[in-house]
Amino acid sequence: MRIFAERLSARHPAAKADAPPALAEASFTIEPGEQVAIIGASGAGKTTLLHALACALPPAAGTVTLDGVAPWQLPRAELQRLRGQLFLAPQVPPLPPRQRVVTAVLAGRLPALGFWKSVASLFYPYDIPAAHHALTAFDLAEKIFERVDRLSGGERQRVGLARALLAPASLWLVDEPLSALDPRRAELAITTLTGQARERGVTLVTTLHQVDVALTRYQRIIGLANGKLTFDLPAKDVTREMLERLYAEHPEELGGPAPELIDPVPAKQPAVMHCR
Amino acid sequence: MTAHPATRDPAWMPRVFWTLAAVVMLYPLLVATEFKPWLLFDEQSRKSTLRFLADFFPLVASGEFLIMVAKETWRTVAIATAGIALALVLAIPLTLLSTRVLSISALSGRMAALPFVLRQTLRMALVVLRSVPELVWALIFVRVVGLGPTAGVLAIALTYAGMLGKVYGEILESSETHASATLLRNGAGRLQTFFYGILPQNAAELTSYTVYRWECAIRSSVVLGFVGAGGLGQQMDNSMKMFNGGEVATMLLVFIALVALADAASAWLRKELG
Repeated sequence: MRIFAERLSARHPAAKADAPPALAEASFTIEPGEQVAIIGASGAGKTTLLHALACALPPAAGTVTLDGVAPWQLPRAELQRLRGQLFLAPQVPPLPPRQRVVTAVLAGRLPALGFWKSVASLFYPYDIPAAHHALTAFDLAEKIFERVDRLSGGERQRVGLARALLAPASLWLVDEPLSALDPRRAELAITTLTGQARERGVTLVTTLHQVDVALTRYQRIIGLANGKLTFDLPAKDVTREMLERLYAEHPEELGGPAPELIDPVPAKQPAVMHCR
Repeated sequence: MTAHPATRDPAWMPRVFWTLAAVVMLYPLLVATEFKPWLLFDEQSRKSTLRFLADFFPLVASGEFLIMVAKETWRTVAIATAGIALALVLAIPLTLLSTRVLSISALSGRMAALPFVLRQTLRMALVVLRSVPELVWALIFVRVVGLGPTAGVLAIALTYAGMLGKVYGEILESSETHASATLLRNGAGRLQTFFYGILPQNAAELTSYTVYRWECAIRSSVVLGFVGAGGLGQQMDNSMKMFNGGEVATMLLVFIALVALADAASAWLRKELG
């Protein structure tokens, strides 16, 4: 999918109207099949940019088009169909705790699946081999029939990524895919993401905290600071100086943070009863 | 006193004020409800209460009567269950149509005008359904469909559809919506999102509330029996009118056992769902 953004500004829906936009006047083009890493310190606007590209946030100003189509001019049903052609993986894996891994992964296919087929799949998963294949790519094959709340934070993050391999999408927008992974799993995850995207001709846009991973695994790097696009260059042209300037206010993040754990596995508790 | 300001509790005066204010406000309520508990203990009340209680003995435990009680108890459970089932048929679609969690336009800012009006209208319908007491519905339906369990089932169905629909909506809207919002954002349909995001997230809470309401429906179907809507309540009413205290007492005991059983069943289910 071809992305075109011109003077694109966006703000979180809950932000105050007079607050500066989280993303301001970004202009760039991403060609089909390209792989781009977005780097920048915390709060630089990386997630906002991703959401603006995912048609999750309407632009506050400027334009964004996907394959030449302006999403926010489409009727709602058309917009929803377009959303089915892109896959947004949020940083916190969006998995209901009581769901089984196989169901969570197959949920990636929902936009391409008829309603009755998706209901039938709750009674018997309709494509176990595909789910198994996707999980194998992230070294999770043995967890396929586990419940999500029995998984560790890192395992849940990889389930969220495995969903991408089932999505009928030609654009993957992945937010911090490595934040809860140990180095070996991070290596595997990024190899799978970039490799599978290349194989399928999918456009891949990833926000990353790990600058070294971005520089070695992606051809193109977009640097964001304070909501502004500070550079947009081939990875080989990004210099140490540029990075130091990009992380000037948060130099400690340049080294790349240690993997942080998402919430621990919650204990089993009886369901709450409401007396209303 | 002003010499030692630190030794004085600054919250004392407000506390006294609010206590007095509560008493002053309570008094008219007591007058309005003719609250005279000492009447319970005067000569005449004591006599009639004791006579009523003495009537309870001996309990009636003849085979024929017990079989009838068992049948009516079963009918009470059936009225409650059928009522809840019908209520669900109404409540589930109303919840799905009225919850903002499934709004696609609200994903990226404010909900569009037309869906907002539709959702608010359906919510009002739920509030109306649940504000009319089931007793009133039962009185209406007894006139429409005649004496018997059908009136009870319909009365429970309408009131409980309102209660279930409203509380289901509240449960969904206070829940974690990350999973469902992400599905919607990735192009899934609303019903697909319900089955893959919202239901697994909230199934335990929704079921637990439904079971609790089923328990309430059992209790209220007994009350409905008194206006002729069938089941244990109707028999209890008959026996009371015939001043047959023994029968009333037996049925009360059976009813207490039934409620305890329903309570235990719903507690067990909630634990299993956790």
